[in-house]
Amino acid sequence: MPPVVEPPLESPATLAEAFALLAENAGEAAPDPAASGAVTSGPWRPLAGGTDLYVQMTGELGPPPARLLDLWGLDELRGIRLDGGDLVLGALTTYTEIRRSPLVREHVPALAEAAATIGAAQIQNRGTIGGNAVNASPAGDTLPVLLATDAVLVAGGSRGERPIPAGAFWPAYRTTALAPDELLLAIRIPLAAREVRFRKVGTRRAQAISKVVLALAWRGGPAGASVPSGPWSDVRVALGSVAPTPIRAAGAEAVLEGAAPTPETADRAAEALAAELRPIDDVRSTADYRRTVAARVLHRLIREAGGW
Amino acid sequence: MTRVAFTLNGAPVEVDVPGSRRLLDVLREDLGLTGAKEGCGEGECGACSVLVDGAVVDSCLVAVAQVRGATVLTVEGLGRGGRALESPDPLDRLDPLQVAFLEHGGAQCGICTPGMLIAARAYLDAGGGPDPDAIREAIAGNLCRCTGYTKIVEAIAQAADVAGGVGR
Repeated sequence: MPPVVEPPLESPATLAEAFALLAENAGEAAPDPAASGAVTSGPWRPLAGGTDLYVQMTGELGPPPARLLDLWGLDELRGIRLDGGDLVLGALTTYTEIRRSPLVREHVPALAEAAATIGAAQIQNRGTIGGNAVNASPAGDTLPVLLATDAVLVAGGSRGERPIPAGAFWPAYRTTALAPDELLLAIRIPLAAREVRFRKVGTRRAQAISKVVLALAWRGGPAGASVPSGPWSDVRVALGSVAPTPIRAAGAEAVLEGAAPTPETADRAAEALAAELRPIDDVRSTADYRRTVAARVLHRLIREAGGW
Repeated sequence: MTRVAFTLNGAPVEVDVPGSRRLLDVLREDLGLTGAKEGCGEGECGACSVLVDGAVVDSCLVAVAQVRGATVLTVEGLGRGGRALESPDPLDRLDPLQVAFLEHGGAQCGICTPGMLIAARAYLDAGGGPDPDAIREAIAGNLCRCTGYTKIVEAIAQAADVAGGVGR
């Protein structure tokens, strides 16, 4: 195993201090790998629970961070509350806190379900929803839920705050819309009276990185009714692990918009999804498997909603 | 170097180390507590599990700066204190989980055992009972390649039954 690097680390006591350090990132060039000696400069990399970032400290997954900005002590970034029709989660909210939160379970139970599928107790006690978003893995399990609920990610820095819609937060593979001097502060999920369903398919129930992860949201009749509910509106079909970024499936959404969750609708939506997805073969799964399973998962969620 | 003070197995400790050093390395290299093991170094195996403020974590993924002021428990800190320490029978000094692991053959090669015990301690401290499914979820982040888990689950269930799981 290669040696573990121990880059410089600062633990700011306040958000203002964190912003001031992060402001050094504006215009900061990447460190010169040919430079000799210990790395003492280079961009600050925000560190939350470390469940993704500390896996990179051996350098086996690319260059390890040059400098670490430890956010763990910033209680300003913690907590779950209702505010102006939104459920607001501080960026440092852990998966365990999400699972246990009565507010999450009442208003967005699909997010609690997603949090419960991530890693196991050790990861859920440290991993944060903000870290999941900023790590920007296409397999991030909460990210389809954020897309399906029209969540807004609140970025902030010394220049002020700005909202970024989830649909614009992951512009490319492993990339976020954050500027180098910005932190993710909070995630706002509008309480739009939508039904949201979540399903993850991995190799095992715990400690698995997703092969396919899907969130489905709609407005309409109650789910699980004994008769198919009425037509759906504001439908969102969001997926992870099937593209370079978390994505929404426009084709499947178009089929479902205005349609009732009947067997015929489910068949057409699943076909549309299989036709529009362009997954890849990699170490965790194959393109064929991902396309087939994503379509099946969507079909099943529609069937469960339709009660047939 | 950063000075980091925290409580380790009930006693205050202070280390002068890089703040980004992994808690696992501080425990094993700087403090000489080799109970927590490095299996994978990436949060898959749970062999490095310790409790931080009562929550089970992988110590290979925690910067030591992040436990400043916290309470850390490793497998070395399990067991009963007080009068039990004067008992002539070593079994009396063990955590009921350790006794149950011994009685059920819950340890074979032993690499996963410290992490298993710590994850199980977190589960019992949170009020967990003898339900095998709940126990399996509680140790889902701890890999064992010897036992097939059955004996580990039985041992934790026994410890949960005995004294309602109250141990250390």
